Amino acid sequence: MYDTSKTADGATEQMATKFHCADVQVFYGATHAIKDVNVDIQDKTVTAFIGPSGCGKSTFLRCLNRMNDTIDVARVEGTILLDGEDVYDARVDPVQLRAKVGMVFQKPNPFPKSIYENVAYGPKIHGMARTKGDLDELVERALRRAALWDEVKDRLDATGTGLSGGQQQRLCIARAVATEPEVLLMDEPASALDPIATSQIEELIDELRQNYAVVIVTHSMQQAARVSQKTAFFHLGNLVEYDDTSKIFTNPEDPRTESYITGRIG
Amino acid sequence: MSLTLFAVVLLIALASHFMAQRKALAIAGGRAGVLHSRPVFHGLYSLLWVALAGIGALLVSATLGDWLIDRVLMGRIEAARPSMAPLERQLLLSDAKALAEGRMSSRGGVLRDQIAAAYDWMSATRNWVVIALSVGGAAVAARITYGRVSAGWRARNRAERIMLNILLAMATIAILTTVGIVLSLIFETVRFFGMIDWRIDKFILGATWSPLSGVFEGQMDPDKVGALPLFAGTLLITAIAMLVAVPIGLFSAIYLSDFAPKRVRAVAKPLLEILAGVPTVVYGFFAAITLAPALRDFGEMIGVRISSESALAAGLTMGIMIIPFISSLSDDVINAVPQSLRDGSLGVGATEAETMRLVVLPAALPGIVSAAILGVSKAIGETMIVVMAAGQGANLTANPLEATTTVTVQIVALITGDTDAETAAGPAFTLGFTLFVMTLVMNILAQRLVRRFREAYE
Amino acid sequence: MTDTAAQPAASAHGSLAAGSSRLRQRRRAQSRLKAYGIAAIAFALLALATLVGSVVTKATGAFTNTHFTYEVTLSSEALGVTPDSPEEEIRRAPFGDLIDETLEARFPLASGRTERRALDALVSGGAQFDLAKHVVANPELIGQTVSYPLIAADLTDYYFQGGYGELETREVAGRLSVREGADGALVIDSTAEDFGEVLQVVKQSLYGDADRLREQAARQQNAVRVYGERAAAAEAEEARAAQLERQAAAEEKRDALLAEAEALEARAETAGGTEPLDDENISLLIEAGGGWIRMTEVSRSGGLGEALTEVDLPIEGTGDWRFHTTELSEARRAVSDHQIAWLETLAAEGAVERGFNTRFFTAADSRAPELAGIRGALVGSFWTMMVTFALAFPIGVLSAIYLEEFAPKNRFTNFIEVNINNLAAVPSIVYGLLGLAVFLNVFGVPRSAPLAGGLVLTLMTLPTIIIAARAAIKAVPPSIREAALGVGASKMQASFHHVLPLAMPGILTGTIIGMAAALGETAPLIMIGMVAFIVETPGSITDSATVLPVQIFRWYDFPEPGFEARAAAAICVLLTFLVAMNALAIFLRKRFERRW
Repeated sequence: MYDTSKTADGATEQMATKFHCADVQVFYGATHAIKDVNVDIQDKTVTAFIGPSGCGKSTFLRCLNRMNDTIDVARVEGTILLDGEDVYDARVDPVQLRAKVGMVFQKPNPFPKSIYENVAYGPKIHGMARTKGDLDELVERALRRAALWDEVKDRLDATGTGLSGGQQQRLCIARAVATEPEVLLMDEPASALDPIATSQIEELIDELRQNYAVVIVTHSMQQAARVSQKTAFFHLGNLVEYDDTSKIFTNPEDPRTESYITGRIG
Repeated sequence: MSLTLFAVVLLIALASHFMAQRKALAIAGGRAGVLHSRPVFHGLYSLLWVALAGIGALLVSATLGDWLIDRVLMGRIEAARPSMAPLERQLLLSDAKALAEGRMSSRGGVLRDQIAAAYDWMSATRNWVVIALSVGGAAVAARITYGRVSAGWRARNRAERIMLNILLAMATIAILTTVGIVLSLIFETVRFFGMIDWRIDKFILGATWSPLSGVFEGQMDPDKVGALPLFAGTLLITAIAMLVAVPIGLFSAIYLSDFAPKRVRAVAKPLLEILAGVPTVVYGFFAAITLAPALRDFGEMIGVRISSESALAAGLTMGIMIIPFISSLSDDVINAVPQSLRDGSLGVGATEAETMRLVVLPAALPGIVSAAILGVSKAIGETMIVVMAAGQGANLTANPLEATTTVTVQIVALITGDTDAETAAGPAFTLGFTLFVMTLVMNILAQRLVRRFREAYE
Repeated sequence: MTDTAAQPAASAHGSLAAGSSRLRQRRRAQSRLKAYGIAAIAFALLALATLVGSVVTKATGAFTNTHFTYEVTLSSEALGVTPDSPEEEIRRAPFGDLIDETLEARFPLASGRTERRALDALVSGGAQFDLAKHVVANPELIGQTVSYPLIAADLTDYYFQGGYGELETREVAGRLSVREGADGALVIDSTAEDFGEVLQVVKQSLYGDADRLREQAARQQNAVRVYGERAAAAEAEEARAAQLERQAAAEEKRDALLAEAEALEARAETAGGTEPLDDENISLLIEAGGGWIRMTEVSRSGGLGEALTEVDLPIEGTGDWRFHTTELSEARRAVSDHQIAWLETLAAEGAVERGFNTRFFTAADSRAPELAGIRGALVGSFWTMMVTFALAFPIGVLSAIYLEEFAPKNRFTNFIEVNINNLAAVPSIVYGLLGLAVFLNVFGVPRSAPLAGGLVLTLMTLPTIIIAARAAIKAVPPSIREAALGVGASKMQASFHHVLPLAMPGILTGTIIGMAAALGETAPLIMIGMVAFIVETPGSITDSATVLPVQIFRWYDFPEPGFEARAAAAICVLLTFLVAMNALAIFLRKRFERRW
């Protein structure tokens, strides 16, 4: 029913835990948006968060690099450890955290600057390059990782907003990987793109897995099945089931998961 | 008189509305579908025509009548006193009118009495003619529209077409205003340039401003109409104002839009808006009575002489006035920069300050520049603060501690001065025209910039 | 993917908690930016507070005023009228003289012309009209003695507000004796050294005098040098002699000045002795024997003086006396020592009353600050606003309806839009010029009239109203229009019956804000002559009038301190109106705001 062959071998191989989340609760004002989520996210693995819209998967994703901090009324409880360190510790600067946990958003959001400046932005603010040569190298490497280098190497000074939608999203991925993060969070990265651009992004995600832990939120089950090795199913703020992707899609344990993947809720 | 007449015309219109409506009702006789338009539209159609005809006749005949009376009386005065200057004749005529209306006149005299008597019966005649025409016009319109009421008469479409034309006419007033401004300014400007032999270069670059001292036989001394000191003074005060307003306004906007806790924003923003609502005469009072003496005392304390009418006091106050203007416009554009850009920046680990400095502000720059331009335009057109705090003397100086003058101050001085209004109008309106052109250019520029910004993000 | 060689460093960014120095630096930059923002807002709010604070402080003087309540006998002889005289005759009776004479009778020492005038100046010139009005209304009062409140002059009012400095009462220990000396001067003696402290103050001022003399001496020294040089340079013997002569004269002057300065300093240094007083010194006033004495010479325990008001002489060793000093010297204040003595005497008798200044709200403009009020300007503003509202509101709303609901998208309507946006930013003074050229000179609208002002303000306010009205109309969702059109309403009916009522709160909010701006507008009204001095309260839109902001501008221009206070008070009234209008606008927005 679903093509899981591509992901099967990756899933079986046990990787080191990157994120350890225990009893995570998120409140938006009075709303209890995320309830008791326990999940371990593994390194060099693509983990997909799926579930009907409004189920809290994006909210949970944004907890991992504290993007929820930018929302005044959001409050997070519970434990989220990155390599054993508490992400929500008072001594942790979210700026430092986000450099390690990069993020790609639903809608491509390149800055209204040149392609080069877009990619160089992170390295510059983190002081990662001493010389112009270093920076050039970083930019090229990031663009190559995002599979965009060949398309834009002749026009690095062109503005980033002038690219096509798929290229813009790959530019945003390049921007995220340029800071050399350890984890990449992707919030429905292909939902605003056409099918061809989507498949390019999906291929890219699969390759990124070699270097990063990738967490992707998607509302498309096919996409989850195609790119991920692990899948977490969210429903009404609860993490219903978390397992190897092949298992979730072929032999789910929870009846709600089954209903969802067979299209009865969503 | 005309107010009463106005009311009478409106009464006739209401009456005709009622009559037409009743006739239509009678035709319908309680059955639906007989009439093309509902009775109320027959009434409305009648009312609109009657009001338009009556008020139109009133305005046209009254204006025409006044003009005609003035022409005839001026002709008589001219015939009686051929050697009199036109201005004197004007004065004589207004004296005669005052006499006729039982008010005080500046002087008496036989001719004045004669003209007054003539004016008396002429204006009485005029009044009767106006009454006859407006009431008559209204009555005729009422008669015609009443006659038109019938089952097939498309009163609604007709009435609505009239309404539409009225709406259009109202919207055109904006254009008429612009035309009025441009025409009235250009007329006097051209006359003024004629008086200085079209030495526009002397007007723009000359350093001596004393236009009324060189008036001779309808000519002005081109060497005494140099407006450069006024432009320089305006520029100096504007520069001081912008040095205060732009940084403070911009930093306020940055803080309020992205950094302030909600409660601070909820309190500080309306408070800033109060600053924008304070009338300029109050700012002028503050500058002249509080700030200028304080600055002078402060100067004395540190051993600097600060004139009590300094460009500094006026500029600082003007800056305070413009702060809320800059801050609210900047706040708008900063808020209009999409959140996704901020997310993108924060997502790679930038601090909020870096996000603001490196992403949001560059994106909002056109809007902020446009706000600053509008601020400059407001500053150079500002009148009361400089009239009250900047001084009158046209001395060319770049020293903000001295008294200086501005374009607007000189316009006020010329128009409210003791000199003969016709002579003073030339330079005053020319300065006004200069001001209008400068602000217009800036406004158009600012609108272009802000449109470019909006197109990028909306 | 071509680039797999470069693995990301295991931890390019180090541990989460370990803040690097670079990160601390970046955080500091963030705090700096925040601090700038807070400082900017603090500055703006401080400016607002200073503005309001300074205006309110200055206004307090105008919200109270002073009345005299001394008794005036309305004798028939003095007034030349009887209770049965015709009203007009009573009105014209010499009440002013009566008021002045009563005061002069109370202070018979004020005998000279100048002194009498100074005494009469305590009462406002307007008091006689108030009294006349009162008597006209109550003719039976003629022949009686009344204590009708007589409005005090600005000088009196300002004195009691402390505008000329406070009168300081010093402690005294001794018993005072005063007797008339040989030359008519009063000889003052205290058994204690009650004047020692003041004597020191007076002596201190001698140093200042000495410094001035030394400055003059330095100028003479300069002259000595110049004449010397000229003499050396002179070729003719005669010229040289002349220069030397001048040099000698300058030397002499210099020496005299220096000697004088030294003498002054010596006097200042020696304790005790007597010092003469003049109007450059602070005034030393003694209250004893039922009157006031000004000292003309002071020693530690006494001196000479002159009576300002009647004093019972001689005074023999009384303990019942008071000693006052002024903050400013007589030369530096408008109120004289005599006037202080008179005013303090009247105040002590309870004939001075200070209270809320109702006249400020009921009177029109006047040349005398104590008589001036804002009623005329308020009524003028009212009429002007009426004209503005009556024209700007319908025109603005109808224009907005046309532009939003009916206008085809073509170059003409586009041009109208651009026009409106530009008109909103045209300087107000240009509207004044337009009004002058078009309304006054072409259409013959009466100068200074609310009609002219209202027309100009209409044109100024229109863009604001149109823009606000368009926004409000635009905010009404198309579904409302579609619903109306769907049941067979015409476009005109849909607009007027459905869209307009729903948009009305927004339109009204915009209109009120526009009207508030118009109410505070000054410059264009000055252009059309509303700056004239108008004592009458205008009765219609064609009468000459002034408006509140212009009144403020006029009062600010007068030198009397009383007018400054009145300008500030008028600002308070204006700001109150503006705050009320804006509050109404906010209320309307909050109450009727709809989220679609």
